Amino acid sequence: MRPVLTRRALVAGLTAGAAGLLAGCDSLARDERFRRALFSAENMHKWLQRSLQDREALAREFRPDQRSPFFRGNGTLNPDTEGYKALWREKFVHWRLRVDGLVVRPLSLNLTQLHSMPQRVQTTRHDCVEGWSAIGTWRGVPLRTVLEAAGLSTRARYLVFHCMDDMGDGQDYYESIDLVDAFHPQTILAHSLNEAPLPVRNGAPLRLRVERHLGYKQAKYIARIEAVADLAAIRGGKGGFWEDVAGYEWYAGI
Amino acid sequence: MSDPGPTLPDRVKRHRLSTRLWHWTNALCLYVLFASGLGIFNAHPRLYWGQYGANFDAAWLALSRFGPAWTLPGHYDLALSRRWHLSFALVFAFALLLYLAWSLFNRHIWRDLTFRRGDLAPRYVWQEIKDHARLRFPTGAAALRYNVLQKASYVGVIFILLPVMILTGLTMSPGMDAAWPWLTDLFGGRQSARSIHFITAWLLVAFFVVHIVMVVLAGPLNELRAMVTGWYRVPRGRNGEAEA
Repeated sequence: MRPVLTRRALVAGLTAGAAGLLAGCDSLARDERFRRALFSAENMHKWLQRSLQDREALAREFRPDQRSPFFRGNGTLNPDTEGYKALWREKFVHWRLRVDGLVVRPLSLNLTQLHSMPQRVQTTRHDCVEGWSAIGTWRGVPLRTVLEAAGLSTRARYLVFHCMDDMGDGQDYYESIDLVDAFHPQTILAHSLNEAPLPVRNGAPLRLRVERHLGYKQAKYIARIEAVADLAAIRGGKGGFWEDVAGYEWYAGI
Repeated sequence: MSDPGPTLPDRVKRHRLSTRLWHWTNALCLYVLFASGLGIFNAHPRLYWGQYGANFDAAWLALSRFGPAWTLPGHYDLALSRRWHLSFALVFAFALLLYLAWSLFNRHIWRDLTFRRGDLAPRYVWQEIKDHARLRFPTGAAALRYNVLQKASYVGVIFILLPVMILTGLTMSPGMDAAWPWLTDLFGGRQSARSIHFITAWLLVAFFVVHIVMVVLAGPLNELRAMVTGWYRVPRGRNGEAEA
């Protein structure tokens, strides 16, 4: 009796089916309208998560003994520009954090001033968009404290973090968050990791921790925080370096 | 031929609209989710157990990247794989929710998927396994019911594997972990959830392969038509009579 189905026919059939589906999906994803629909899922996730989340719902905090033995770096591991190297050689005493844009009192803060403000310590999990996680203890100033010192204008809707690492063609890394995340109790400007000054690979001298989001939102090597009403006029208009360049989600809670 | 029993029509309406719609939505979603999921996996093709895990930690599985024929899109693009995955994850999750609600309401779950008295008797199960292994498919009225192995695999997929996929997927989201902290406890950490998500995806692939083989062996055109139009030609016994 001739077999109804040979293994070869089955494998060939499934392979051809998958190849056809893949080709179809790939050509669909080149269509601008389809792409917009695909990308709009981000807003649905944002809306669902913000509806399910208490505005101040905290990311899990761990005990120091639950930390990763080694907290790896990713993205830029050293900005390595002349300017950055000069700051690093002097242990960042000449570094300043500028806070400007839609604020009543623009600020210029050095590390000593940041250390003298109220601090928050949190041992949290860092989730990279690539899939890995690392747990570390961050120490820093709640962003809320800095924003209250600067007096945020009522027109401000987003905070843009301008960084010192050149991603090529003179394009510095940048990221942005909205006010829900800016005023969240775990959103801090961290200067320490695991009880030591922030290593260069993790963003020295200052990085953002916005714990309910993926790693690419946690801007490193911060030089300036700008309060804005709208993200459209900033750089590529999508609110962050990877959002502009690669199509990452601006809402990175997913 | 003394008592042929109640006569069966040649064709019967076999699958409800809700089942058919969900079946094809799922087929598409599972392809997109699996292929884009492998694309995302390629960004860090290592798996860990516990709360954390990165390059310097011990991985229980470390693979090289899946080739372009496996992933969606057909080249390495983490951002686009995520866009596919996270949009179809919504369709998939809400389709399952709707299907379950609809199937409770139209009693599909109760009528077709719950085990009957005797279904789980060891002798009956053993007989079913033997019949399956010999590729002896039921005919007549028996072909219209799900047998115990079918019920077990459908129940396992619908009530265990698919919900596990959704919940482990949600556990990987830092936003959902803040909203529902019990998620990470349920799976023993985000990296454990990622590992379970990966394993369960391959269990679904295994289900898919067996499912396709069974459809092809049972008569692909008839099975396919039943899942598209709902109408199913009742298979006859060897003597051409319906075995009621």
